[in-house]
This record gives sequence, C-alpha cells and structure tokens, in this order.
Amino acid sequence: MAGEERVVKLKIDNVRKVYNSQNGEVIALNGVSLDIYENEFITVVGPSGCGKSTLLNIIAGLEKTTSGKVFCDDQEIMDTGTERGVVFQQYALFPWLTVLGNVKFGLSLQGMKKEKADEIAMKYIRMVDLEDFVNSYPKELSGGMKQRVAIARAYAANPSVLLMDEPFGALDAQTRTQLQEELLHTWEKEQKTCFFITHDVDEAIILGQRVIIMSARPGRIKEVVDINIPYPRSQETKITPEFLEAKNYIWSQVYKEYLEVRK
Amino acid sequence: MKRVVKIVINQTLKTKNKSNVKKTPMTKSNWVEKIPSNLWVLISLVVAIFIWTILSIIPNTSRSFPNIFYVSESVVTMMQRGVFWSDIASSLISVLVGFLIGFVISLPVAVLMAWYRPIRFIIEPWIQFVRNIPPLAYVPLVVISAGVGRTPQIIVITIATFLTMSITIYQGVRNIDPTLIKAARVLGAKDKDIFLKVIAPASLPFIMTAIRLGTAIGLTSLIAAESTGASAGLGMRIRALNNTFEASPMLLYIIVIGVIGLIFERLVKLLERRLTGWQEKRE
Ligand SMILES: Nc1ncnc2c1ncn2[C@@H]1O[C@H](COP(=O)(O)OP(=O)(O)OP(=O)(O)O)[C@@H](O)[C@H]1O
Ligand SMILES: [Mg+2]
Repeated sequence: MAGEERVVKLKIDNVRKVYNSQNGEVIALNGVSLDIYENEFITVVGPSGCGKSTLLNIIAGLEKTTSGKVFCDDQEIMDTGTERGVVFQQYALFPWLTVLGNVKFGLSLQGMKKEKADEIAMKYIRMVDLEDFVNSYPKELSGGMKQRVAIARAYAANPSVLLMDEPFGALDAQTRTQLQEELLHTWEKEQKTCFFITHDVDEAIILGQRVIIMSARPGRIKEVVDINIPYPRSQETKITPEFLEAKNYIWSQVYKEYLEVRK
Repeated sequence: MKRVVKIVINQTLKTKNKSNVKKTPMTKSNWVEKIPSNLWVLISLVVAIFIWTILSIIPNTSRSFPNIFYVSESVVTMMQRGVFWSDIASSLISVLVGFLIGFVISLPVAVLMAWYRPIRFIIEPWIQFVRNIPPLAYVPLVVISAGVGRTPQIIVITIATFLTMSITIYQGVRNIDPTLIKAARVLGAKDKDIFLKVIAPASLPFIMTAIRLGTAIGLTSLIAAESTGASAGLGMRIRALNNTFEASPMLLYIIVIGVIGLIFERLVKLLERRLTGWQEKRE
C-alpha cells in the first residue's frame, strides 16, 4: 500500500468523553486521536471498560463527545448517518420482522421502492448464505445466523463505514472463524472502512490492517500496530511467523494493560 | 370433602416421590404428553363436576353448592323470568365499553409516561396508589356524581381497567431494548420512524398482555360496578338473588361470569397468536 495516496475517511481529533454516574465522574476516553483511511480495516483491542464501545458509539453518532471532534469525510459527526453502519454484539434484530424485513429496514426508511429494496436485500441475504431463511423470524435462527442477518442489514444500507462492536463475541469458536472469513471475503469484494472491536487478539490480527491497542483509566490509545500480512488471509495465516510474532507482541501489550486494570 | 382432597394430594405426592427416586422424568412426562390437551380439559371438567357433586352431598356445603341439575334447571327459570339474556347483555356492554374506554385512555398515558419523565414522576404514584384500592370502595363516590344507571358502571370499570392497563403498557414501553432503537437510528430512522416502526411493534406484546389483564379486571370489577343501582346485569342479579337465598341461579350466574372470562381469554390469545407470533416463546 506504500506510495498510494491515502484518503482520511474518519478523523478522530483529541476526543474526551466523561460520564457522570452516581459514583462520580468516569473518564471513558481522554485525548484520543486517530486517522482512519478509506477502506482500511481497523481492529481495536483493550481491556474491558477502556472505552472501546464509547469510541464506536461516538463515531456512530449515538453519543456526543465531551470535548474534541470526530469527522467523517471532513464533515463533523453530529448525529447518526446512513454512511456509517453499525453491527452490534447483541445482534439487535427486530424480532417482529422476518430476515428479509430486517435486511431491508434501512432501505425502506430511505423511501426505496419495494421491488428495488427486496432485490438489494436479497442480494445481501444471498451473500451471507441465508436465502433459505428469507421469511424466518429471528427467533427461528441460531446466534451465528442472527449475526449474519445483522451484517447483511448493515451492508444493504450501503454505508461507507462499517462499525462493529464485538460482533462475534457471543458466538462459538467455529462459527466465529467462519464468520471472520466471510467478513473478510465481503470486505475484499465490497471495500468499506471497517472499525472492528474485539477481545480476541487472533481475531484482531486476522482481520485488521492496523490493530489499535487501548489502555484503561482513562481510555487512551496506547499503541497502533501495523499488520503487514497480505490478503486474502485465512485460517492458515494463523500459523505463519508474521502472525505469531504480531500475536505475541500484541498479547503481551494487552496483558500488561489487563494487569494495570487489576491493580 | 377434606378427606378427598387429602387423598388426592397424597397421591400426587407419592407419584412425585416415586419419579424422583427413579430419576426418570422423561417417562413420567411421556404419559402426560400422550393425552391430548383437549382431553385434559375434559378430564379437568369431569373432576370439577365430580368434586362439585360431592360438595352438593356434604351437608355443610350442600346449601352453597346445589346439585348440578338444579343449577342447569335454573337457566330455564331465569329465562322464564326474562332476565337471563338481558343480564348477560347488560354486563357485557358495561365491561366492553368500560374496557374500551380504559384501553383508549391508557395507551397515550402509558406512552407519555414512558417518554416524558416529568409526566411519569407525577402520574405514576397516583396510578400505583389508586390501583391498590378495591373498586367497591370508591363506588359510592362515583354514584354521588354520576348518579345511577349505565354511566357509573362504565366509569368504575374504566377506572379499574385503565389503572392496570396503563401500568402494564408503560412498563413494556420502558423495557424496550435500547439497542433496537439504536439499530434503527443508525439505519436512518427519525423520531417518527422510531415510534411507528420500533416502539409500536415492540410494545405490541405488552399491549396484548394489558388487554388480557384489562378484560379480566373488567369482569372482576363487575360486582362492584353493578352495585351502583344497576337494573340488570350478572353482578346485580347475584346480589338480588342473595336476598332471596336462591343458591341455584346464583351459582349459575357465577359460572356464567367464569365462562365469559374464559371466552375473553381465548379471544385475546387468538389475537395474540396472530399479532405477536414472532415473539420468543414464553408460555
Ligand atoms: N452510559 C454510561 N454511563 C456511565 N458510565 C458509562 C456509560 N457507558 C460507559 N460508561 C463507562 O465508561 C467506561 C468505558 O465503557 P465502554 O463500554 O466504552 O468500555 P469497553 O471498552 O467497550 O468495555 P467492554 O470491552 O467491556 O465492552 C466504563 O468505565 C464504563 O463504566
Ligand atoms: Mg464494549
């Protein structure tokens, strides 16, 4: 990628976020700055409570900063926007809508004609391999299938930024690796800027071009690690020396943070 | 009668113990499942009639529980007096109209309480306060202002159903998963869309529960409502029969109220299955 002119897609500029709770002020984020480039796949790791979700919610426009600004395409983010899609850990599917209804929810909101919306939704339902479940309700799906629907729903709205908060966190290891590969495939086909939070260092490395390590109390960016492993990546990538080296390094950094938090 | 009940209890205890010792809950539930649920309803009914018959034989209870044949016969008596159907109709009108008004008021009140905290903080204590007061207690006050006739009956039932339904719906709206609202927002939903496409469908299960509770409360406040000097009605008639010690038609009317309650519940369940079949099971 060297030498290419890279466009900054998301600019996080000195963001601070303070929550006022009963137990006093919680500084969730302090002095967080980061440039994320167009079509880059960023993964974020860090101990629990270090402000990962807070940062994602701020980028999504679901939370406001206490100070500092976030820009998307040089526009200051003030609210949610359809150019920024989100996949939540708890799937957040609408239980009263079928798979099709869920995937085209955003399209219908944009006032798209039914036929067109159905067509686009079907394309993404096929992409996540759920065409046999088009008319099923979420209660009839497994966890992995629900998360596929959530990914299809986010993709169907055609955002240029995809924000994912531990989307595979609730899934078993096998489903998880399967969805990781699917996500990578999709991302290679339809490039988007991805911001992906995870607790799993392996997942962070296999997916990301850069891994952001965050530290807690207050939440800051501790280090940014470049992962120079070419795509397409697969499960075999996990036994290459580059992967193992990155894993050792990131793991030790995260573990240090974890010990800090325990103190 | 006591002996009978005891024996029944002992037997169930025994079978329970047995299955515990054997640790074969599968085989135990098997014979339960082999009998279709319709047959279970029939069995339950037969057992009830059996116990009723025993109660009608035991001297201590026989005056409250006339024989099933006398009670059936009293249908004819009440029809000959020309009150049977008009009593049912009158009570149904009061309950349904009262329930409907209560429902129509409780919907916006519940949404407002869930949406605006000042409104919640002001109104919720009132509702919780009045809710614990039996309707019979405030009936005289209603009569003082509303006089006698249909109006006070409907007012009493409206108050009772409104209190329960507004709290039920409000708690439902408040418990809507906030990530659903977030998910809608990031897909471009504005406040109006969130209300119509998220809050409304997500509250539907609670609205159905409220309807079920509301119809039940409406029926149970019937006696209170019809103590306002009603000229007809199941509750009013039971009080009137009480004065003449006519146990058979009284029991008949009590059973009629129960049957109406069952029908209401069945209808609501049907509606529920239609509208909220997408819900995770929680039977
Ligand atoms: N709405 C809120 N009110 C008060 N404090 C909050 C709120 N949301 C988050 N916090 C606090 O901010 C800090 C960061 O929370 P955040 O959810 O961003 O952490 P996280 O890195 O996503 O953690 P995890 O890995 O467990 O998901 C925590 O200390 C949390 O208690
Ligand atoms: Mg989080």
